[in-house]
Amino acid sequence: METEDDLCQNNWGSSSSKLQEQGFTSQQKWEDASILDYEMTMEPNLQVFDQIKEASGQDNISQVNVDFLQGVKAQAWDPRTMLSNLSFMEQKIHQLQDLVHLLVGRGGQVQGRQDELVAQQQQQLITTDLTSIIIQLISTAGSLLPSVKHNMSTAPGPFMGQPGSAMFPYAREANNVASQSQNNNNCGGCQEFDLPKPVVADERDSHVVEEHEMKDEDDVEEGENLPPGSYEILQLEKEEILAPHTHFCTICGKGFKRDANLRMHMRGHGDEYKTAAALAKPNKESVPGSEPMLIKRYSCPFFGCKRNKDHKKFQPLKTILCVKNHYKRTHCDKSFTCSRCHTKKFSVIADLKTHEKHCGKNKWLCSCGTTFSRKDKLFGHIALFQGHTPAIPLEETKPSAGASAQRGSSEGENNNPGMVGFNLGSASNANQETVQPGMMDGKISFEESFSPLSFDTCNFGGFHEFPRPMFDDSESSFQMLIANACSFSPRNGVGSVSDNII
Amino acid sequence: MKKVKQIQISMPFDLLSEELVFIILDLIPSDLKSFSLTCKWFYQVEAKHRKSLKPLRAEYLPRILTRYRNTADLDLTFCPRVTDYVLSVVGCLCGPTLHSIDLSRSGSFSAAGLLRLAVKCVSLSEIDLSNATEMRDADAAVVAEARSLQRLKLGRCKMLTDMGIGCIAVGCRKLNMVSLKWCVGVGDLGVGLLAVKCKELRSLDLSYLPITGNCLHDVLKLQHLEELLLEGCFGVDDDTLKSLTHDCKSLKKLDASSCQNLTHRGLTSLLSGAACLQRLDLAHCSSVISLDFSSSLKKVSALQSIRLDGCSVTSDGLKAIGTLCSSLKELSLSKCVTVTDEGLCSLVMKLKDLRKLDITCCRKLSGVSITQIANSCSLLVSLKMESCSLVSREAFWLIGQKCRLLEELDLTDNEIDDEGLKSISSCLSLSSLKLGICLNITDKGISYIGMGCSNLRELDLYRSVGITDIGISSIAQGCSHLETINISYCKDITDKSLVSLSKCSLLQTFESRGCPNITSQGLAAIAVRCKRLAKLDLKKCPFINDSGLLTLAHFSQSLKQINVSDTAVTDVGLLSLANIGCLQNIAVVNSSGLSPSGVAAALLGCGGLRKAKLHASLRPLLPLSLIHHLENRGCAFLWKDNTLQAELDPKYWKLQLEDVVP
Repeated sequence: METEDDLCQNNWGSSSSKLQEQGFTSQQKWEDASILDYEMTMEPNLQVFDQIKEASGQDNISQVNVDFLQGVKAQAWDPRTMLSNLSFMEQKIHQLQDLVHLLVGRGGQVQGRQDELVAQQQQQLITTDLTSIIIQLISTAGSLLPSVKHNMSTAPGPFMGQPGSAMFPYAREANNVASQSQNNNNCGGCQEFDLPKPVVADERDSHVVEEHEMKDEDDVEEGENLPPGSYEILQLEKEEILAPHTHFCTICGKGFKRDANLRMHMRGHGDEYKTAAALAKPNKESVPGSEPMLIKRYSCPFFGCKRNKDHKKFQPLKTILCVKNHYKRTHCDKSFTCSRCHTKKFSVIADLKTHEKHCGKNKWLCSCGTTFSRKDKLFGHIALFQGHTPAIPLEETKPSAGASAQRGSSEGENNNPGMVGFNLGSASNANQETVQPGMMDGKISFEESFSPLSFDTCNFGGFHEFPRPMFDDSESSFQMLIANACSFSPRNGVGSVSDNII
Repeated sequence: MKKVKQIQISMPFDLLSEELVFIILDLIPSDLKSFSLTCKWFYQVEAKHRKSLKPLRAEYLPRILTRYRNTADLDLTFCPRVTDYVLSVVGCLCGPTLHSIDLSRSGSFSAAGLLRLAVKCVSLSEIDLSNATEMRDADAAVVAEARSLQRLKLGRCKMLTDMGIGCIAVGCRKLNMVSLKWCVGVGDLGVGLLAVKCKELRSLDLSYLPITGNCLHDVLKLQHLEELLLEGCFGVDDDTLKSLTHDCKSLKKLDASSCQNLTHRGLTSLLSGAACLQRLDLAHCSSVISLDFSSSLKKVSALQSIRLDGCSVTSDGLKAIGTLCSSLKELSLSKCVTVTDEGLCSLVMKLKDLRKLDITCCRKLSGVSITQIANSCSLLVSLKMESCSLVSREAFWLIGQKCRLLEELDLTDNEIDDEGLKSISSCLSLSSLKLGICLNITDKGISYIGMGCSNLRELDLYRSVGITDIGISSIAQGCSHLETINISYCKDITDKSLVSLSKCSLLQTFESRGCPNITSQGLAAIAVRCKRLAKLDLKKCPFINDSGLLTLAHFSQSLKQINVSDTAVTDVGLLSLANIGCLQNIAVVNSSGLSPSGVAAALLGCGGLRKAKLHASLRPLLPLSLIHHLENRGCAFLWKDNTLQAELDPKYWKLQLEDVVP
């Protein structure tokens, strides 16, 4: 039996380890960009969590809690509500602290068997209290979340690697704990709390389950709320599901994907298979006369899956095809890679084909690399995430800025070809150029190159075709011009030019 | 130059610190700063003091910027050709001191130049890129590099789309003023993103954008928005505004003019949260300003200015406006042809505080309305009533008596006579008076004005044929602050008028189109004494010749615009104009003495030329390369092929005008 101190520590510890775990899993599930962004927005909280991890005593924890909340409070919507919440929590924590002190004081006496029941009850009481505090804390912090996301202006680029990159799913973690605590409540507090780490174990389970739930939401058949028992549940084995053929010829053993194909095949084995009755769809024949059959629904053989009949929120699959697709999508490796983008992977070949139809058509591009097929989706994405900007495709950049983009990439400063590209590259170029001390004199042939008389020698003729020529002159000449421009340092400028004023 | 002389005599400047001199310099008008050539110290002091520059030639920018190291505001509107090179020069030389740059009239630059500007000038807070019609999203993305940008104008950047605006919205978070007028490629998404990302926005110009009411949901959530211009947004309609739930308390000005699909229902939801609205523009609104429509103004009782130009207005509607918004200070009903005496009287009666009233072309109004206006609006400062031809001459007598604070009065095409002018001459602060096409006035009336209104800055006597030299001389005598005068088609005016007008040393605009008796001698008098002369219209003055232009070229160094069509000017006169550095517009049509080579030389000589209006017959005679060169330099050509028409009798001309207008 552990003291409350430990329990608490474990709680926090487990939640943080869980965070990491979830961070990893979600990294696979989510688009990289979004996770990075979350990580970015949550960054300021990072420190606080670290503190929490380090905190050993309850005093510390409560202190940290308060600190944490006050830190966030600066950006809260309604500071007054926040304050009342905080003081409520503080009170609660103090109460709990007193209680635990009492327990610790009596620590030596609870060895007796008859006291075990009392101790259990006390522990239950404490756990319930703790749970309610955690819920309170999360709901307080959770209400803050949108404002935090909004207000925290962030570091320039989302691409910087953060040490605590697992600190992502604050909201989801909150949900988890909340749902877990709900579970506790549902059980009426009569769960076996004498287990060493009941909370942790339960949490992990629920976490795993929930992960599958989330994945499964992709292919939910909505609206079908058949009452349990009104249908027959069939469960195919894994091998059966993954088998390439489901229908086999009883004579030669050849396998087929579809029953109809099998029936066609059977014709070759004799005339008796060529009759209309033999060729007809078996189900159709039986329906009109006989009583309505019990509806068939299918269960996924994967234990813990929401589609598995043992799951407490079981949702059946309608057809065998659904079973196959569900099983492949959810519980199998994604072995088919898109031949165009070489990034998207699928486990169902039909999904791949659907994707390949649209792959490359996502012309709306964000600076984070995410592409969208619709402009409004891109703008929604940009509105949501700080620091993301629309990326102008290179094709459009080319007529005006192509040269500079090329230059940028040739110097190896620009490694993201899909983006505006030359921004960074040429910006740093410009900087480099300023740093250079004036390589040439301040005397430039302005008048020579722009005087009206030399119009026939210059390339003015070309200008009317491209009213805004971009680097009409070659790259080298432009750079020379820049060097010229930069050589107007105050020292050599004033003295030489001041005599001949316009 | 007087100042310089005084300084040289007493030399008190040795005792003064630079800071004190700076304070003195702050008080000197900017165009009188040639004292810097007095001595080296003055030169340095002036160079340190000057913060804003408006160079005439982009070519000289490196030198100018080297001299003026503290340049914060750079106005390049006189430089039609600003290359990337020039921009990078600006970036290098100005660096972080530059705050604002105006490129609205310039071309030939591209993303590379803008990028250098944005990177080098870190504190650049204002940039005007209007009329960059070739600017694409990639170039706009470069603008986003200017992180501290606060004011951005992108008018008529037609190639810009949501993507470019999106880049700017994400990059420039401090923006508080954005103008996207005529950026027809920008839609709801771009504007919405701008509103989501730039929370500091105060002024947003969305005129003529293909937006709907959907993006206004985001826009009106802005906490600091004060000015919203939606002129000509046809996509903004009642349906998309229906679900508008906002509380834009900060909104002060709303321009919903020419929003064809906006009726009073949409307007009601648009105005529901804008309790502090002060200015509302509903010009050319498609729906009738009826009682229903006026009820949408219930929520904005603090309204100070409303414009209903070109709307069809009912008397009930006007009356309701008067009841709901009694604190109105400005009212414009220009071209509301349905306004009647009854409606206007009932409105004006309620508006005791009215300062500005525009009833241009309200042709149904009669003297009753004018009497009511004069009686109830004694604080009136500006009254524009062009072409209210039913108003009798007696009505004007009351205006002078009651509205003594009038500063601006437009009586073009009215029945006012000398008695009316006598009454108006008692408005001592009158600064702008327009009496075009007033055929009943004579020298007598004008001399009352000359004697009474010593603050007159602008006088328009276009086609007021009763005026002769006597009237003009009394004006020149009494109104020494005169800046603008138009005596076009006053056929009796001779050189005497011009000589007397040359006393008005502040004269900037002089229009004497179609005055057959004016000669070069009169022009010379004006040129010599009116140093600030900027606009000159001498069209159809057949006795203006080269000698006049030579004097002009020598003395009027601030001339920007000149029209010498249908005069006796030849190559020599035209070529001499190249001497004027800031000349921007030239119009020479139908001058028989011109040769193609002379015109070519003159055009080449005028380096700052923006517009040239020439006869079409010259076009094939000028070398194509020359035309291309000039166009690249930023000069636009306008080729006219009309021939000189015989001047019509003024009375007949007015009759003809009335035939055209119903």
